[in-house]
Amino acid sequence: MSKIHVTTTINGDEVEYLCDPRETMLDVLRDRLGLTGAKEGCGTGDCGACSVTLDGRLVCSCLMLGAEADGHEITTIEGMATGEELHPLQQKFIEYAALQCGICTPGILVATKALLEKNPDPTETEVRYWLAGNLCRCTGYDKIIRAVMDTAADMREAS
Amino acid sequence: MVEVNLWSGLRALADGKDKVEVEAATVGEVLEGLVMAHPGLQDAIDAGVSVAVDGRVIASSLTEPVQPDSEVFLMQRLKGG
Amino acid sequence: MALDDRKTSGFTQVGTRPNRPDGLDKVTGRARFGADVTAPGMLFATIVRSPHAHARIKKIDSSKAEALAGVKGVVTRADFATGLTGENWNILENVMAGDTALYDGHAVAAVAATSALIARDAAKLIEVEYEILPHVTDVDAAMADNAPVIREGAADKSVPEGMHPNVVRYHESGHGDVDAGFAEADLVIEDHFRTEATHQGYIEPHACLATLGGDGKGELWCCTQGHWNVQKICAALLGIETANLRVTASEIGGGFGGKTAVFIEPVALALARKTNKPVKLVMPRPDVFKATGPTASTSMDIKIGMKKDGTITAAQGVFRLQGGAFPGAPMEFTAMCAFAPYALKHVHQVGYDVITNRPKQAAYRAPGSPMAAFAVESVIDELCRKLELDPIETRLKNASKKGTKASFGPMFDQIGLVETLEAAKAHPHYSAPLKPGQGRGISCGFWFNHGGETAVTLALSEDGTAQLAVGTPDIGGSRASMALMAAEELGIPYENIRVTIADTATLGYNEVSHGSRVTYASGLATIEAARDAVGKLCARAAAKWGIPEDAVKWENGCAVPSGPNAGDFDPMPIAEITKRMGATGGPIVGHFEATPEGAGVSFATHIVDAEVDPETGKTSVVRYTVVQDAGKAIHPTYVEGQYQGGAAQGIGWALNEEYIYGDDGRLQNAVFLDYRIPVASDLPMIDTVIVEVPNPGHPYGVRGVGETSICPPLAAIANAVSAAAGVRLRELPMSPPRILAALERQRDG
Repeated sequence: MSKIHVTTTINGDEVEYLCDPRETMLDVLRDRLGLTGAKEGCGTGDCGACSVTLDGRLVCSCLMLGAEADGHEITTIEGMATGEELHPLQQKFIEYAALQCGICTPGILVATKALLEKNPDPTETEVRYWLAGNLCRCTGYDKIIRAVMDTAADMREAS
Repeated sequence: MVEVNLWSGLRALADGKDKVEVEAATVGEVLEGLVMAHPGLQDAIDAGVSVAVDGRVIASSLTEPVQPDSEVFLMQRLKGG
Repeated sequence: MALDDRKTSGFTQVGTRPNRPDGLDKVTGRARFGADVTAPGMLFATIVRSPHAHARIKKIDSSKAEALAGVKGVVTRADFATGLTGENWNILENVMAGDTALYDGHAVAAVAATSALIARDAAKLIEVEYEILPHVTDVDAAMADNAPVIREGAADKSVPEGMHPNVVRYHESGHGDVDAGFAEADLVIEDHFRTEATHQGYIEPHACLATLGGDGKGELWCCTQGHWNVQKICAALLGIETANLRVTASEIGGGFGGKTAVFIEPVALALARKTNKPVKLVMPRPDVFKATGPTASTSMDIKIGMKKDGTITAAQGVFRLQGGAFPGAPMEFTAMCAFAPYALKHVHQVGYDVITNRPKQAAYRAPGSPMAAFAVESVIDELCRKLELDPIETRLKNASKKGTKASFGPMFDQIGLVETLEAAKAHPHYSAPLKPGQGRGISCGFWFNHGGETAVTLALSEDGTAQLAVGTPDIGGSRASMALMAAEELGIPYENIRVTIADTATLGYNEVSHGSRVTYASGLATIEAARDAVGKLCARAAAKWGIPEDAVKWENGCAVPSGPNAGDFDPMPIAEITKRMGATGGPIVGHFEATPEGAGVSFATHIVDAEVDPETGKTSVVRYTVVQDAGKAIHPTYVEGQYQGGAAQGIGWALNEEYIYGDDGRLQNAVFLDYRIPVASDLPMIDTVIVEVPNPGHPYGVRGVGETSICPPLAAIANAVSAAAGVRLRELPMSPPRILAALERQRDG
């Protein structure tokens, strides 16, 4: 099967690749571009471990084809920190021990960053429902929710 | 002699007994003594056992000491998640 | 091992909450998990699995697959070692079917190709001819006279005569005379309980990258709870020497017991050997559900007698567990844990390990114990309700303590059950008013914990920092705990310790990260290795000062004279000693290699408030409190995390999660959409209370904390739901249809 040539922007950099029309965005990120921060937990859009943003909108990269990125802008966990400087959510997740094994963490961070961009002052319930598509099996979510709420408060104060 | 308590499921393999006296100074000697007294216990012991000595569950060390007045219980080998 | 240097107070580092050393890697996507590595010339593999619950494999034809461009090799059972016996045979039979497929999802062949897409296409071209056999997936049905026999001769000698061949192991234990005990009771309740199989549900599917050359030397990268175990088993299944296979543990995306077993690694190695290329194998999620884990499902009968004052007079339980097509369902732990929280004069427990046409069960967090607690604590709750007794007072009245003869035989040493019950009683949650439609449930839980073979080295660097190599994969922040313990002993900053999970070639054997053993055993090993290094540091200082070694002690990261008679020398900091170590005797490395045998058992008490919607049957957990004995919390935040995680998994097990098999014996819900683990919007905050009753078998008093936290939730929630719904729920999960059915039965009288 002939491959598709795609030109896209990933974490602010222009990227070109060839991909099979059946390849998902997640496959392209992980297997073609070496961006293994997005994880495959299910391949069916149920677990959120592969969360990325497409033109600022939160998507499961396992439900998107690599070819669909053409002309769009993708952001992954690898683009979340600015150089050495962690995003406040990343910093807070470490401080709060909002991760145990860490496999869901990239997806949850990408998802919560997208939430706080839309809604800088979410209620606990809003955070819980926003993250309902990101499974975590280790933490029981308690410390994740606290980390998100506290980061949101800090970011509101700073802005 | 050390008195070794078996779990009752082992009685059928130990001539109906659930307590067996063996000459032993270590956990390893306890297990050897049991097999010597009741060869039918060999398979169960090979399948993996722990030995509780005075309340301490010894999961695998055969060298742990046992005193004549120790409370000794045979238990199935522990496995966790 | 001498623990005369026990330390239970005056900690400077232990008990603090620093950031974990691997935090940055894990929030930036840099951490490398099982599926995150590549190798030059790497192939991708796919496994072909049986679509039948039970079928004879008549023929496997891979010619069409092998003709596909890009396909480099196919393996079947013929590509593995022969002549294996015992558990190695069971594991091989599970990893790759022999002449019979034993469950839906059983591997029958595998293919490696130049891309994942080609491998997937090729797998579809492998033609397998099956002869379908009768199947059974339910534990009670599998024990019935007319049940199809899964495998003749699978039973061991413990099984009494006359049982169905599917009953493969038997356990019986207890003491006293239960009939006499029941005769003393004012009320005896006997009930039947069932729990369905649940999956460990780690978010990271099994993944590995294998090479195995013609020289018989191999490398394996994989996500596992124990890479030495993987090394040993893979070597046996491939017929190679253990030392020739080097296994490196990746970061691990959850395990909970499910990654103590081996599933895909031998297949990747066999394909690597056949193709002479590196092979990457990643399990798709449906395969994870169908062919790894899950827990056993159970059918249980419990009978407990109680006096009006709450004294339990006797207890007995029959526990039937199916663990899939192979022996190993943890029924002996179900039996031994069932009544462990209580001091009983008369107790009797029986366990049956039953094989069925389901995947080989794997350990899941305190294997066997949560189901037992569900059944036993439900009956105790019912007794308290009927006798109008306070559930915590009643449990306190019967609670096991130091010197109690345990239900499983020996006497308990120092334990913390009473302390958890007292703390639960004093917690504001226990006296908070309930809203209409809500119910409160209490449960205790017990788990043994484990020590196991452990090797650790602590190598000092020239600048006085330390490299700690441990062999237990870090599943939930254990690097932080290890670094805290090493820092405590060495008297240097936490940040100066670099903790690495060593590969199999660089440390002695380490047992799997299971049995809540990591902070206990690797922690003990770290402390002892650090003390070993400190002894060597003191010796170097003594040599420099020209005084005896025992005249030097270690304080705040410095060698100092042990008293005024030792001489008058300024404290010698660690870096001053390590800077010259090459010239004063060589590298300074502390070691520990042993099998710690003092893992203290642990208890927990949980309180939960639940609300049941009578219209939909949906249960909401509105408040949850975990009280558990940690012995000593090294990093309290991660201890809380274990408590919360165990509670959350228990909530899923209690309310939603289950393996659903169709009449055809096929698993019907092998995706996360249908196998519903708790999501963020399902749960409340989970409050935690850390009780610390030191474990006499650890230098700082540590007890394992990972597993006990999943023991009480099933029963605590069942008790809360039963109170809220006004009807006793005896089957898990308490999914909305089951609750509606129970409400309906009650309405119909």
